[in-house]
Amino acid sequence: MERVDAYPTHDYQGFKLRPGKPFPFGATFVPGGVNFSIYSSHATSCTLVLFNKGEPQPKVEIPFPDEFRIGDVFAMIVFDLSYENIEYGYRMTGPFDTQQGHRFDSSKILLDPYAKAISGRDVWGTPPNWDDIFLHRSLLVFDDFDWADDRPLEIPMEDLVIYEMHVRSFTRHPSSGVKFPGTFAGIRQKLPYLKELGVNCVELMPIYEFDEFENSRLSPETGETLMNYWGYSTVGFFAPKSGLAATGKLGMQVDELKALVKELHRNGIEVFLDVVFNHTAEGNENGPYISFKGIDNKTYYMLTPEGYYFNFSGTGNTLNCNNPVVRNIVLDCLRYWASEYHIDGFRFDLASILGRDPLGYPLSNPPLLESLAFDPILAKCKLIAEAWDAGGLYQVGSFPAYGRWAEWNGKFRDGLRRFLKGEPGVVGDIAQRLQGSPDLYASRGPTASINFITCHDGFTLYDMVTYNDKHNEANGESNRDGANDNNSWNCGWEGPSTDSGVNSMRMRQMKNAAAMLLVSQGVPMILMGDEIARTQNGNNNTYCQDNSLNWLDWNLMDSHSHLFRFYQNCIKFRLAHPVFRNRWHLSNQDRVGSGYADISWHGTQAGNPDWSGSSRLLAFMLDGKHARGGMVEDDDIYVAMNMHWDSHWFELPGLPEGKNWHVFANTGANSPEDVWETGHEPRLDDQTGILLGDRSVVILVGK
Amino acid sequence: MAFSVTSKILKNGTAELTLVGELDASVANEFKAAVEKAAAEKAKKLVLNMKDLEFMASAGLRVLVFAKQKMGYDVDIYVIAAQAAVRDTIEMTGFHHSVIMRDEFSAI
Repeated sequence: MERVDAYPTHDYQGFKLRPGKPFPFGATFVPGGVNFSIYSSHATSCTLVLFNKGEPQPKVEIPFPDEFRIGDVFAMIVFDLSYENIEYGYRMTGPFDTQQGHRFDSSKILLDPYAKAISGRDVWGTPPNWDDIFLHRSLLVFDDFDWADDRPLEIPMEDLVIYEMHVRSFTRHPSSGVKFPGTFAGIRQKLPYLKELGVNCVELMPIYEFDEFENSRLSPETGETLMNYWGYSTVGFFAPKSGLAATGKLGMQVDELKALVKELHRNGIEVFLDVVFNHTAEGNENGPYISFKGIDNKTYYMLTPEGYYFNFSGTGNTLNCNNPVVRNIVLDCLRYWASEYHIDGFRFDLASILGRDPLGYPLSNPPLLESLAFDPILAKCKLIAEAWDAGGLYQVGSFPAYGRWAEWNGKFRDGLRRFLKGEPGVVGDIAQRLQGSPDLYASRGPTASINFITCHDGFTLYDMVTYNDKHNEANGESNRDGANDNNSWNCGWEGPSTDSGVNSMRMRQMKNAAAMLLVSQGVPMILMGDEIARTQNGNNNTYCQDNSLNWLDWNLMDSHSHLFRFYQNCIKFRLAHPVFRNRWHLSNQDRVGSGYADISWHGTQAGNPDWSGSSRLLAFMLDGKHARGGMVEDDDIYVAMNMHWDSHWFELPGLPEGKNWHVFANTGANSPEDVWETGHEPRLDDQTGILLGDRSVVILVGK
Repeated sequence: MAFSVTSKILKNGTAELTLVGELDASVANEFKAAVEKAAAEKAKKLVLNMKDLEFMASAGLRVLVFAKQKMGYDVDIYVIAAQAAVRDTIEMTGFHHSVIMRDEFSAI
């Protein structure tokens, strides 16, 4: 039978219409037309504004007839549109009463919060026409991508090795040699590099549509344009950033990103997105109207009783995440990315904001975090919180987890850095960090801990061993921006050095960091480029730098191939040994009758660790029979860490009859004897002990 | 250059479409109609000659996706002699996994 619901019932200036379906929100293809649905709790009327692609003026503005509104939802089907050639937006009418939180302005054309693709910043860095009456335009998107047999990989959390990267930074540098630098397609071309390194998950810094020109300005220092480069300021939550796609100018950014995800999956690499739900690009009362501000300001933003914007994000506004309406858009958004883009996990920027109530108070049982944790579509997605915000809430170890949420473990970073630089009195703390922070995640297990020493915020690993202080002058804020508590140490000289002693210590420190990160229980995360000593010249906050401060210089691959090899082998070693990847905490006891505790602690004397306040060294042994809670049998592992400035002899714990210690890594040795391929570790001559050079790490395998 | 699509059905059950000019939203329907015709003829292979196709917009890619799904997965689609820009578009959007890209027709 022919469907009659595809017939128009109304006509407006030649456009055929029919009352729409309220669900789903956004623009959806229906037989013969497009269903437009948008809601606002306080708007009195709404108009659909249609443009032909790129035209300065609308082709038509269609007011929603009264009978097309159900509750707070305006829904309308428009027939016979040229899908590929349409840009759309809305005008909303309602009160302008800032005391009450309302900022309706029907002179503004507003982006659909559910827009699946957005035009206006099609090519990265191309200055827009600021006189355009509609700067960020919603597009229609087909869900016809051919995924073949792809789906999210569902790699167990404990088996992940995460690589945090920025899409543009990864291949924008001329040395990348890719055909389309700085794009999703560029990453695809560099897949062999990621495979060779051995990571099995990439975490992409923001890829939701953002405006690289937001707050752009000239650097007083260099005269360069400073941009919203990292992109932690969302314009549209459902749309991939066009300027990160080589095909953005053709409107195919959706296809290009999906093609990247599919290709990464084919190579066994998961894809996480760094998502920014804590605020938007609309700023405060002085910021632009893009979308929410003109659609339903009072609903979407946390406002003071006087109607001003709360600023827990440090960026002007705060999304009102525990309003039920806002909660739903976050949930809809993540479901969309999980189902339509096959995204494997999400890292939530300043996630603690998501646990605040509409007046900003922390909730003990935040409904949004709970909804995400129990959502059926997100059931296999990894959820990772940056468990703090700019309003002073610090929840590392106490983020409401519902058995699902993992956290960026800031205490791992701080503790490891202090240990590395040789601070005394941190071995007790380090022992917790190496075990997956059971002091923080007692009931949640080590997989709640995303272990990292460096991330996009702060120094790169090379800079961490090259600078005592931040050098952010290039950001044009007189070096006031960026964190001051870096726990870094320059190894005796601030900045690049020609002193071979300084340089070899820096190299050793980087290897020490990599080694400790990759033998820790929990989930390791590596910052893009640390494996080849990427530098930001001491800038610890390069959010605005579209230049070599952020771009990965692939020439480093030649000058630092030893470091790359060290990383590569440590990753392989970790993935070859389940004893590093326990799902549940170690007990420090013998639970399988092997004669050894699952983890035992040592010092210069076996079985006698130095926990004193002046200690700078520690060793531990993992018993292979306890791997994965005793479910599988692995080799035994011994790790000794000497962060003292003198060499020390470490007595080795005895092995069961027939087993011998073999050297996997010794950061005190020169390459290529600093690390060995898994399975090819040479037997240690003296089975009773080993000399650790100053500031070095040794990893042995007992087999 | 104006877009045109010419089609012929070869004896061995192969449908050959020759695309010329710029394939954008305004003309994608012509391409789509030709694909539908080939599907109706139950073509066993679809050969898309793109030697003189200068540009393909998103709408053109959508028709390719449509062709793959409309013809069925057992019908191979050959993209012949695509120019660099068109080839890039197909590769960047990952569609080269769904079709067979060749330089020459005789290579089939």
